[in-house]
Amino acid sequence: MFDARTVRRDFPILQKPINGKPLIYLDSAATSLKPRPVLDAINDYYTRYTANINRGIYKISEEATERYEQARKKVAAFIHAKDAREIVFTRNATESLNLVYYSWAKEQLSHGDEVVGTIMEHHSNFVPWQQLSKERGVAFRIWNVDKRGLLDSHDLDKYITRKTKLLTFTAVSNVLGTINPIKNIVKKVKRVHPSCIILIDAAQMVPHMPMNVQDWGADVVVFSGHKMLGPTGIGVLWAKLDILGNMPPYQYGGDMIKEVHVHETVFNDVPHKFEAGTPDIAGAIGLGAAVDYLSRLGMEQVRNHEKEMTKYAFNALSSIKGLSIIGPKDEKKRGGVIAFTMKGIHPHDIAQVLDEDNVCIRVGFHCAQPLHEFFNIGPTARASFYIYTTKEDIDSLTSSLTKVKKMFA
Amino acid sequence: MYREIILDHYKHPRNFGTLAKPDASAQEYNATCGDRIRMEVRISKGNIKDIKFSGVGCAISQASASMLTEKVKRMDTNAVMKLATEDMLALLETTLTPSRIKCAVLPLEVLQKALKT
Repeated sequence: MFDARTVRRDFPILQKPINGKPLIYLDSAATSLKPRPVLDAINDYYTRYTANINRGIYKISEEATERYEQARKKVAAFIHAKDAREIVFTRNATESLNLVYYSWAKEQLSHGDEVVGTIMEHHSNFVPWQQLSKERGVAFRIWNVDKRGLLDSHDLDKYITRKTKLLTFTAVSNVLGTINPIKNIVKKVKRVHPSCIILIDAAQMVPHMPMNVQDWGADVVVFSGHKMLGPTGIGVLWAKLDILGNMPPYQYGGDMIKEVHVHETVFNDVPHKFEAGTPDIAGAIGLGAAVDYLSRLGMEQVRNHEKEMTKYAFNALSSIKGLSIIGPKDEKKRGGVIAFTMKGIHPHDIAQVLDEDNVCIRVGFHCAQPLHEFFNIGPTARASFYIYTTKEDIDSLTSSLTKVKKMFA
Repeated sequence: MYREIILDHYKHPRNFGTLAKPDASAQEYNATCGDRIRMEVRISKGNIKDIKFSGVGCAISQASASMLTEKVKRMDTNAVMKLATEDMLALLETTLTPSRIKCAVLPLEVLQKALKT
């Protein structure tokens, strides 16, 4: 049985009060806290078998290589990839997107082609396509949301044409919380336009709910390790093997080559072709441990817990007068992210007062400024939940927000 | 951080608005927090004769702007150009975290930009 209070015991950071008060961490959409098994796995690599991978003919190097490749297999199984070779380790979702931009989009797209993205994208999945349109004359068309913050898949016909070479969208919005109907969108697009590449930013989904890349039918999926209990510095690019195979390397260096001669180089196979230089070995191993941890909890359970927290927070926050929540109201349609505004109070002041009670939230545009402009709103405050969030955390949020209201009223 | 005086300046900003015929003006936008501040001044014989500010932002940036306008009225523009971060912190008389110092200094930056042009 899933119990957030039991889960919390695995997180060293939650055991130590700050200034005598407990830590109320409500910013997991920015980065998650790290459980003991992940920290132990990283520490184990750095204390027991520190060695580079893919080259040492000695025990600890072989162990490091094996554990690094094991992590790849774990990640592959976690997202239901067909083959572990489809998993490329990067620094984060942003680097994965840049890899697609440099090694696929810049190679494949030219004047007259079109890319479709959505207004709810994180800057990391917005700026590359905007810049591509400036550099190459590739049209960047933006799929807007409705007033509730939902994408209407009936609108797709308006945006997808024969010229569309790439459709990209986020699995879960980091501001609205909207969970997009991936399978439905992919099916619709592929039916009329099978060669259109579909790229999904799953950074806000992989940590929070079960997912299956094969079932989606998309071509490329990116996400970060640090939002799913893993360390910072490790991210994932998943793509179908034929797509990866046709992409040129993103960076040159060691590990990504098979042979190097004075005038010629033979590149390594996928995925090593995209992992130049010594990778974040400890990071990958830590991510593997994070995947194990989440798998033990069960992603269905994780999702159910977050749904419960979201519903509870919705009710609690709705009781504060002058507070408006952005995005869909139905917790079944959204992830554990609630962005809001308070009438007449700047989000920075909200966060600052909350910090006095160790309540950590994120304020600003959450790397989604076009979305804020679309809704014609200024910066927002955002609380986000994860496996260690309890109703008590949300009660603390509510009471601190009430304090904020009194102070600035 | 939110001393009574800061909240008072936030809720009842002094010298808020615009001038009919400003001698100098400037505005700045802080993209990370969406703060927007505009300063308009009238200058006579090298002194600030009148000053108004407008814009939106957090309590720190708004209070800081309000307090700054009170401080610099009738001040020599050369002296205003010499004001620095420490002066703004002294004005607010509060401790600020690194990320909020930007909010406190933004009004001064806008004013100095106006005086430079």
